[in-house]
Order: sequence, then C-alpha cells, then structure tokens
Amino acid sequence: MQGKCKVFLDIIVAALFSFLAFLPGAGAEEKPAEALKDNIPKFFAPKPPSSENFPCSKCHQFRATNKTKRKLHEYHTAVELKHAEEQRWCYDCHEGNKLRLQNGQLINFDKSYQLCGQCHGTIFRDWKAGLHGKRTGSWDGEKLYRLCVSCHDPHKPKYRPIEPKQQPLKPADIK
Amino acid sequence: MSKEIEKASVDRRTFMKGIAAGLAGAVLPGGIAEAFDWDAFLQKHFKEMTDEEIKKVIERLEREAAFDWKKKIHIAATKALPNVKFGYGLDLSRCIGCRKCVHACVEENNQSRTPQVQWITVLRFKKGEKWIDLENSEKYYNPKEVPEKDFFYMPVQCQQCENPPCVKVCPTKATWKEPDGIVVVDYNWCIGCRYCMAACPYGARRFNWAKPSIPTQDLNPETHYLGNRPRYKGVVEKCTFCIQRTRTGKYPACVEICPVGARKFGNLLDPQSEIRYLIENKRVFRLKEDLNTEPKFYYFFAT
Repeated sequence: MQGKCKVFLDIIVAALFSFLAFLPGAGAEEKPAEALKDNIPKFFAPKPPSSENFPCSKCHQFRATNKTKRKLHEYHTAVELKHAEEQRWCYDCHEGNKLRLQNGQLINFDKSYQLCGQCHGTIFRDWKAGLHGKRTGSWDGEKLYRLCVSCHDPHKPKYRPIEPKQQPLKPADIK
Repeated sequence: MSKEIEKASVDRRTFMKGIAAGLAGAVLPGGIAEAFDWDAFLQKHFKEMTDEEIKKVIERLEREAAFDWKKKIHIAATKALPNVKFGYGLDLSRCIGCRKCVHACVEENNQSRTPQVQWITVLRFKKGEKWIDLENSEKYYNPKEVPEKDFFYMPVQCQQCENPPCVKVCPTKATWKEPDGIVVVDYNWCIGCRYCMAACPYGARRFNWAKPSIPTQDLNPETHYLGNRPRYKGVVEKCTFCIQRTRTGKYPACVEICPVGARKFGNLLDPQSEIRYLIENKRVFRLKEDLNTEPKFYYFFAT
C-alpha cells in the first residue's frame, strides 16, 4: 500500500514539475542558454569548403537512395570516414542538398556548427565564447570566426600534423 | 717647505679655468659638432615628456630611421586605452609547437634576423614526466611534422607581470609598466646593462649584440615608440603584446597566426572578454607563480 502511495506521489510531483517547466519564465536557468544562442557569431571566414560536387542533387536526383553501409567504389572515393565510423553512414548527416541533424531538421552547410555541436557540446560552448578555434579581427570589436570544418575535415576530424617552422639557432651556430 | 708646495700647486682659479677649457674642448670639437646629436643626448624620459615633446622626438627618430633603414617608417605613440588591462591565454592542450607564432612575431616586430633575435621560445616537454620540467625542456626540436606523439609544447614569451622584477632593477628607468599592463622598453634610454635580463625569471628579454639586420623589404613600417620601432645595437627588447596593434584594437600577430587557435587575448577588466571567460571556466596556471611576479599570461587546458 505504502509503495503504491509513493509511486502515485512521484507521478504527481513529476507532473507538477513538467507543468512548471512549460510555464513562461519559470525556467530561470533557461536564460543563459538563450543568451548563448545570441552569441552565435555573425562573421565567418573562410566560407565552408564546398565540394566540387555541390549541389548533391546534381547526381543524386537520378540515383535511388541506398542507405546500406558499404564501401564506395565509383564516387566519393576520396572521402575517408574516420569519425565514429562504426555508428555512422552518409545519410546520418547528409540529406538532399542539406545537412541533417539528429532530430531530422535540415540545415544549410554554413550552419554546420549546429551539426557538430550535437555531440561536441562543450567544444561548441567554448567556440561560441571564442575559446575553441581561431579568431582574428579585434579583441574588443568584430571578430572573424572559423567554422568547425575550416580546420577539421568533418569526415576525418583529427587535426592534421604540419611541418614546424625553423628552430632557433643553437649558440654554437652563431657566427 | 709649505711655501714651495704652494708655488708648485695650481691655485683654485687656474684649476677651474683648466677644467672648463678641457670640457669645452672635449664636448665641442669645433667643426664636427653636428656629428653629435644634442637632441638625442638631452631627450627627456618618455613619461616626463609632453605630447608636443614626444611628437618632436618621434619626428627626429623617423628621420633617423629613414636614413638608417632606407625606408619611410611611421612611429606611433598611441597611449594606453582607458579601463583596459591586457591579458593573454594559451591553450596547452591545443598548441602543436609549429613555431608559426615565433616567426610571425619576428616579422611583425622587426626583430633582428642576423644575429637572430626571437621573442617567443617554444619549449617541448615529454608527456607524463615531471610536469613542466623546464630544465629538461627542448627548444631545438626539429621533427618532420608536429605535433609529435608523447610530447607537448609550451610557448614562453614576456609574461607582462603585474609585479615585474625587470622594472625594479633597471638603473635608468628605461623599462616600466604601462597603464594597460604592458611592460615596455624605451630603446633611447636603455643603456644595455642587461640587469633586467638577469632579473627576468622567464628569460623573456633579448639583447641586441649587434645592430639588428633586417632586409629593407621585410621591415614593418608601422611601428610604435614603445614597441617594434627599429632597435639600436646594445639595447634590450621584449614582447609588448604587439603594442602597435593591440592599442588600436587589433589582436597580436601571434594570436592571428596561430593555426590551432591556441592563443587568446583580451581585456582583463571586461567581464565579457574571452580572457575572462577562460580564467573563470578553465583550469589555468601561471608560470612560476610562486615568485609573486603576478604574470598576466595564463596557460590553460581547454577540454
């Protein structure tokens, strides 16, 4: 009897809370999230690197959608998927000429950070605050952001090693 | 006996006359008098000069620089902005040790190419060993590609201390901390004693053992009096957070060049700035914090 009572109480409490959450202005902790949304930078450089294949419909309108995971031999052979490849296939992120979010929403390529931000939430937060990634411009004014894909290949996102610049002269080499 | 001594010795009046004549002879060698620049010799301390006097000095320096470097150079004396204190952040989890900052700095700030002067030193540390083991760090690493497995990198430059030991030891007050927190050097007042270099715990100051040599086409003509104007032989120089850029609102050259965005810069007094965000939200540390130098250079680890 007591157990039943407890369950009933729990349901009431849960219902109350979910009701409260929908009340306008009730979620005080929602506000910072709103503020962060406004923080989405206005200036991007450079433009998202677009494939010479874009728009996708150029070819795909003549091809049936094949969602089977397989090795591609004819097209997109340059794409090497090394980004949670076990769980992922093209159509998880691509649909038509757009990018596809997990909730099915379609977005343009210049909003690709929304796609990346689905999994990399902490990085996305830091990027909006100007911490992750490179920014140029002025420290107290307008800044140029880079899209995630300006530095990371979305299919193989690990930052590629580069050649270092010349090392300083050793004292023995100073003439 | 005493009379003889009196006769042999010079009386006070003659002695003074002799000194005056000697001084005049030594200081004013007649025809070549213009070889000695009295304006340069009598230049007041930068902080004691009025704006008008600074303007005159800069006109003279621009004239000299145009002659010395065969190129028209603009020397600004932009003052510190109000309510600004510059702070710097460097993300050690991102830095790949590519040294692009080192070379961008050399080009922006007119460092001598030969002999080589570089304001930034990138240190390489082995992961998992004694942490930030400065003595066993490597600055001459030269692999084909960076980052290397099992290593991490830490660029060190002037930490722009709030309590700068280099300023305390300067016998001529040729180096001081500006209101926006940048520690600067007046190359016209520096006598090259290098006390500041001995005092700096970060090894951030560099000495011009010879007249800097910079190819004319590579000389950056946009300079600041307290920053990247061409230096003389025998003066000390150091990172100024690119004073010529940052005082006009731009990012320092090292921030702009960093390919991985590891370098962050902003106003410590502005709660909305990225430097404040990182200090408040990330694990930060300052180099040799125990020395009470209060650096404004924050190393951090972003996740």
